[in-house]
Amino acid sequence: MAEIEHYTLNFGPQHPAAHGVLRMILELDGEVIERADPHIGLLHRGTEKLAEIKPYNQSIGYMDRLDYVSMMCNEHAYVLAIEKLLKIKVPKRAQYIRVMFAEITRILNHLMWLGAHGLDVGAMTMFLYCFRDREPLMDAYEAVSGTRMHATYFRPGGVYRDLPDTMPHYDKSPWRKDKKLNKLNENRQGSLLDFLWDYTETFPSAIDEYESLLTENRIWKQRLVGIGVVSPERAFQLGLTGPMLRGSGVAWDLRKKQPYDTYAELDFDIPVGRNGDCYDRYLVRVEEMRQSNRIIRQCIKWLRANPGPVMVDDYKVAPPNRADVRENMESLIHHFKLFTEGYCVPEGEAYAAVEHPKGEFGIYLLSDGANKPYRLKIRAPGFAHMAAMNEMAKGHMLADVVAIIGTMDVVFGEIDR
Amino acid sequence: MANALSQLKQAIDQAFESLLVESHIANGELTLIVEVSNLTQLMKGLRDNDAFLFEQLMDVAGIDYLTYGLDEWATQEATSQGFERGRQAMPKSSWPKQRYAVVYHLLSVTLNHRVRVKTFVAEDSMLVPSLVNLWNGANWFEREAFDLFGLLFDGHPDLRRILTDYGFIGHPFRKDFPVIGELEMKYDEEKEQCVYQPVSIEERILVPRVIR
Repeated sequence: MAEIEHYTLNFGPQHPAAHGVLRMILELDGEVIERADPHIGLLHRGTEKLAEIKPYNQSIGYMDRLDYVSMMCNEHAYVLAIEKLLKIKVPKRAQYIRVMFAEITRILNHLMWLGAHGLDVGAMTMFLYCFRDREPLMDAYEAVSGTRMHATYFRPGGVYRDLPDTMPHYDKSPWRKDKKLNKLNENRQGSLLDFLWDYTETFPSAIDEYESLLTENRIWKQRLVGIGVVSPERAFQLGLTGPMLRGSGVAWDLRKKQPYDTYAELDFDIPVGRNGDCYDRYLVRVEEMRQSNRIIRQCIKWLRANPGPVMVDDYKVAPPNRADVRENMESLIHHFKLFTEGYCVPEGEAYAAVEHPKGEFGIYLLSDGANKPYRLKIRAPGFAHMAAMNEMAKGHMLADVVAIIGTMDVVFGEIDR
Repeated sequence: MANALSQLKQAIDQAFESLLVESHIANGELTLIVEVSNLTQLMKGLRDNDAFLFEQLMDVAGIDYLTYGLDEWATQEATSQGFERGRQAMPKSSWPKQRYAVVYHLLSVTLNHRVRVKTFVAEDSMLVPSLVNLWNGANWFEREAFDLFGLLFDGHPDLRRILTDYGFIGHPFRKDFPVIGELEMKYDEEKEQCVYQPVSIEERILVPRVIR
């Protein structure tokens, strides 16, 4: 028999564990990875270039489509960058709404990650549980913005509109009626905040449920413990951020260290790993969900007690209200200018970073004073994480590559942009 | 916060006086401008000096200043099809410096501060020293800037295209590269294969660029 030393394996782009469109050229020695060369860009849409030909507000929707499982967090960085250049101050209530939705998004993202990661490694049930618990949060997205995913809800200067007072109900159908229907609509009788409060009451026990399935699970630990170990020094070198950095034991979270919006007023903890392996990153993310739950509850309490405006009172940036437009000439002009031309942003540059569920998500904005960005650069956390693939996978077995892709929490919308 | 930033500026100004072209604070952010030839030395200093300790390179972004400060208000001809604007041949911008720039964003986790380093690159050389040896994470960021802008990173171990298609021609994020692209791909039924051809759509501007 001929002796085969190394061979090359094409992993993806159509592989269920490739989390989208990752194509990886793996050089293998038997079943051991010698070199992993990810080929990305299969989902490249040129978001940054497209943003250059559109007024600022029209690109908010593109931000949703970057990391399409943590939509509002992307928007958050974008609007913060614009606000920095415009030097506007956002009403407190809008800041709280943004923080609340950023945390809802974090839970959405981590649930998606946990489900997919579990599925990749062989824990099929996780996927079903996680999607079950994502559903109410998607409904919250829908109630507030009209869409379940691509919300376009954050605006420079605040948020698009205030939280709704009612939640949509399930309709009667041949499969859902009487008792079943009443049960489904039970927590939808009040406002969106009541609905979310109800969710946060039960969500911690749902996390306990996931943990009872995974944390001490022998197979889960065998697949994750000691896999893809990154030391803190290497994590810095490779530009890792977010749970990838905290898993290695670095207590770094932008929400604490460089707080934006109202994070400075909220009480939450930063979970930190110890060994920097996939298992520690799993534990970090699960604890982050609990902390997000805590933050959401604090936001709900504050939002219930403090009604107020949710958008700046500056018609150069925010549209005037409808009734005003009909009666007031000046408002009409503002409205017309804003929707045909947008607003001009003063010349300058700004970098705004948020603690995105995946890491540091940054927007670098360069303006030459026009109504469109001159250059928009998106710093996607997944991009840096994917670049570390080769180093993390080297020396591991082929099956561990799947666990490492899972632990990176990659989404190709943001990596390829 | 503002105080800490101006202290950082002072410290950096002092430590790298001979290397810096300019340093300024705007929008609560510190920007350093440096000549390409001094870039590596400055970056090494920023990383290793105990007063700065920028252990993370967050981002590398290329910029093309070709049309900086130009608007699209003047129209060539008003068409009868809606509000489409005929596109003019690109006039020359009055940008006084070199056409390309590379922007680096550094973060110090230990000391909790950020800095932006900017260097202008001459159009005829396009050469920038690679920082992969200082921060290994720069690898893909530099590949991206090469792919999208054609900036050449000297000393980069593996300067391949990263985001565009295999066999792509041109650097799409340059300002003289049309948004609609140059080539389109379609399936040719006669040849029974995919073929490339010049784009058949017209470039349109929906909202003109204005500077007020």
